[in-house]
Amino acid sequence: MPLVYCGACSHAPGITARAERAGTQTRQALHNALFRMGDDIRATKPDALVVVAAEHFANFFMNNMPAFAIGMADSYEGPIEDEAFLRIKRARVPGNKALSRKLIEGVMQTVDVAYAEEWKFDHGISVPLHFLTPDYDLPIVPANINCQGPPLTPLKRAWAFGEALRAAADAMPERVALVATGGISHWPATPDSGKINEKWDREFLERWAANDRESLLSYSDADIYRDGGQGGFEIRTFIAAAAAAKGAKGKIEFCEPVPVFAVSCTVARMQLAA
Amino acid sequence: MSLYQVQKLIYQLNRDPRTRERYASERDSVLAEYELSDEERAAIVEPDIGLLYVLGVNGQLLMHFAALHKIEWNDYLERMRQGLKLHGAVREGVYAATGYEGVEAHDVRLKREREAG
Repeated sequence: MPLVYCGACSHAPGITARAERAGTQTRQALHNALFRMGDDIRATKPDALVVVAAEHFANFFMNNMPAFAIGMADSYEGPIEDEAFLRIKRARVPGNKALSRKLIEGVMQTVDVAYAEEWKFDHGISVPLHFLTPDYDLPIVPANINCQGPPLTPLKRAWAFGEALRAAADAMPERVALVATGGISHWPATPDSGKINEKWDREFLERWAANDRESLLSYSDADIYRDGGQGGFEIRTFIAAAAAAKGAKGKIEFCEPVPVFAVSCTVARMQLAA
Repeated sequence: MSLYQVQKLIYQLNRDPRTRERYASERDSVLAEYELSDEERAAIVEPDIGLLYVLGVNGQLLMHFAALHKIEWNDYLERMRQGLKLHGAVREGVYAATGYEGVEAHDVRLKREREAG
């Protein structure tokens, strides 16, 4: 089946960990946008949701860092973070090993992806799922692009990964949905946490919504670091989602800088042909 | 300097409950499994968040290590700022490699670069 849903959203831990520190109106608007995204995903009746995240040392470390990885298990655990800090209870989240395997075999035709039969979720997946599938009733396929430990996966390879995910999903009988998660500009977990380059974020999202491959891939890592901080390296996940949308244009459903959450909180969807 | 070893230990403590249990009951033997300098070992045991930050520990590891020690968010940020003041710029790792020097210095540098055209 052609990919049934393709979108992107923020995963900043502050969204749950420091929820009350944002204004009530902002917080509710963000939560509503995320809940709506969950409804929209369910409306496409997916058999599984691929979450392309930029994980933060929950599974992969510099002893063996894959450029790309996809989970292949019937269940996953998460979040790894202190429950009192993240305010999300540790849970077992369903996967679908057979479906994952088909997807991985498809992706492997063009991209050398690592697979993992064990995978612990961190906030990169757990924060979005807290809103998108709060009952953990939809099988998840976690996927990762190395946005953390340099040398990082090149942007053009993130694009290739998105294309490969799309081709693999389209060739499967199952209905596959995809959400990329990450921040745009941010300086997470550093003394600069809370700094946001809103102009840069909106420019990036314009390029994303236009699904303009050339401009999306035109950033160097030095550019990204200067304008978007080390957290900006996570645009790789958004770029993969753009590629997976195969030319479809996007709609930015919510975007508001929230310094206490450290990012421009974003919910966006690619308008796939029905 | 063995930033890799420091980060590896923090990575394991963050993600693995068994390592956390062992660290609580037999800390020295866990520490002995990593090649740490005296400064690094002391910074982990304290935990000296400011020094660990300056040593180059990635914030995505350090944030959760701080949460494990029940260090509140604003306190966590403040400890890193104090670390920069006490120990100087980040010595190694992703922030050093990319020129990270703290928000004020970063802004000053950007302004200078803009003015220089």
